[in-house]
Amino acid sequence: MDATVAKTGTEGKTWGGGNQPLKASYGKMMMWFFIVSDALTFSGFLASYGFSRFKFVDSWPIADEVFTHFPFLHGVDAPMYYVAFMTFILIFSSVTMVLAVDAGHKMQKSKVVLYMFLTIIGGLIFVGSQAWEWNTFIKGEYGAVETKGGKILQFLNTEGERVAISDFAIPIPSAKENHLDSNGVWYEQEGTITSFSFEEVKAGFMANDDLLIRTQYYDENGVPTVLSREASITKIMNDGKLVVEGANLRHNEYGSPLFADFFFFITGFHGFHVFTGVLINIIIFFNVVIGTYEKRGHYEMVEKVGLYWHFVDLVWVFVFTFFYLV
Amino acid sequence: MAHEHKLSIFRGTLTFKSNITKIWGVFVLLSIITVIEVAFGIIKPEFLTENTFLAMKLLNWIFIILTLVKAYYITWDFMHQRDETKGLRRSVVWTAIFLICYLVLILLIEGDYIYEVYQNNYIKFDF
Repeated sequence: MDATVAKTGTEGKTWGGGNQPLKASYGKMMMWFFIVSDALTFSGFLASYGFSRFKFVDSWPIADEVFTHFPFLHGVDAPMYYVAFMTFILIFSSVTMVLAVDAGHKMQKSKVVLYMFLTIIGGLIFVGSQAWEWNTFIKGEYGAVETKGGKILQFLNTEGERVAISDFAIPIPSAKENHLDSNGVWYEQEGTITSFSFEEVKAGFMANDDLLIRTQYYDENGVPTVLSREASITKIMNDGKLVVEGANLRHNEYGSPLFADFFFFITGFHGFHVFTGVLINIIIFFNVVIGTYEKRGHYEMVEKVGLYWHFVDLVWVFVFTFFYLV
Repeated sequence: MAHEHKLSIFRGTLTFKSNITKIWGVFVLLSIITVIEVAFGIIKPEFLTENTFLAMKLLNWIFIILTLVKAYYITWDFMHQRDETKGLRRSVVWTAIFLICYLVLILLIEGDYIYEVYQNNYIKFDF
């Protein structure tokens, strides 16, 4: 038996790592097991989204009434189209990625460069779209009133169309004064000031007889309950507390604040993955350009970063279904 | 390294000439599925939203099944699991599927239970 440094004495043996039952390189295998663990993190997020939704199943916001916007189309009701567009961008960037991997196998450097570049562009378009969607969601559209119990009341006209609070609120001159350091050392930071106060919205609501309130609870047909004019007045007089515009981690004009929390965490965590994916893609792209893998004799690094990139696409397929469709 | 691709999908019914044509074929398939999903999501046929199977709307069953189909083709063809050994494929896919199913099952049952508690107790939540 010729013992050399390179050999471990386990060649051909079943135990001890002698043969390679999985026939994959160390790096690729570890990328796969990283993906498994990351998939479990994402499923933790999505499963807890499902948990919260089942917990408040009679009052959860309907996603295609929330995400109805499309860039440059103001006031056009376009549910789903923008998310569908984002899905296509990501699937297409997956295609260019897998084409880059394929070109890498054939050692076609210039093709790898081209396809990696397209993949990076696709990733950037996706992250940009997500930023736009966050912006729209945070700004909100119609505004709503939050009750003392933290429930959301939205405003409709008698035709059942949504009405923005800015369309009916009656401005009341108020002597609002800022608390300054000179008046006292200790004070708490004021919360966000909405464009109209609750009193102004209430006054406007009382003055317009054709306004009704829609609660976040579903009726027996599975659509949010619309109260009669009398019930609406009672509701806003007794329970109304503050005006909510848009969404943040505490308040959400579309319904349960948990919906906004999960939106920010799930799409944010996914967006962060896309962002890091783009960064890693850029690093690999430059390595390809300077010929690192050409010298190494194989393009396995492109394949590994490709696995990560496809995983990001895979996660989006699930986020798309469970956040926007179901 | 040898790079042999299995070029058949649909259990061998459709075989592509090369890996590149297979990639485009899978892309077309994924696009068609996405278009179907979006169309259903916008139209929401009443027949599918009013009827349920195992306490879930038929429409949601369609969405989830189509999602799993998409996930299958992304993993098998884009991530080349079709070309890996059975051992690697199973250690990745079976582990993830088992743990995710378990987690989802437990959490959804628990969420539904809490909903029942909220419905049937004497604490007021809507005020």
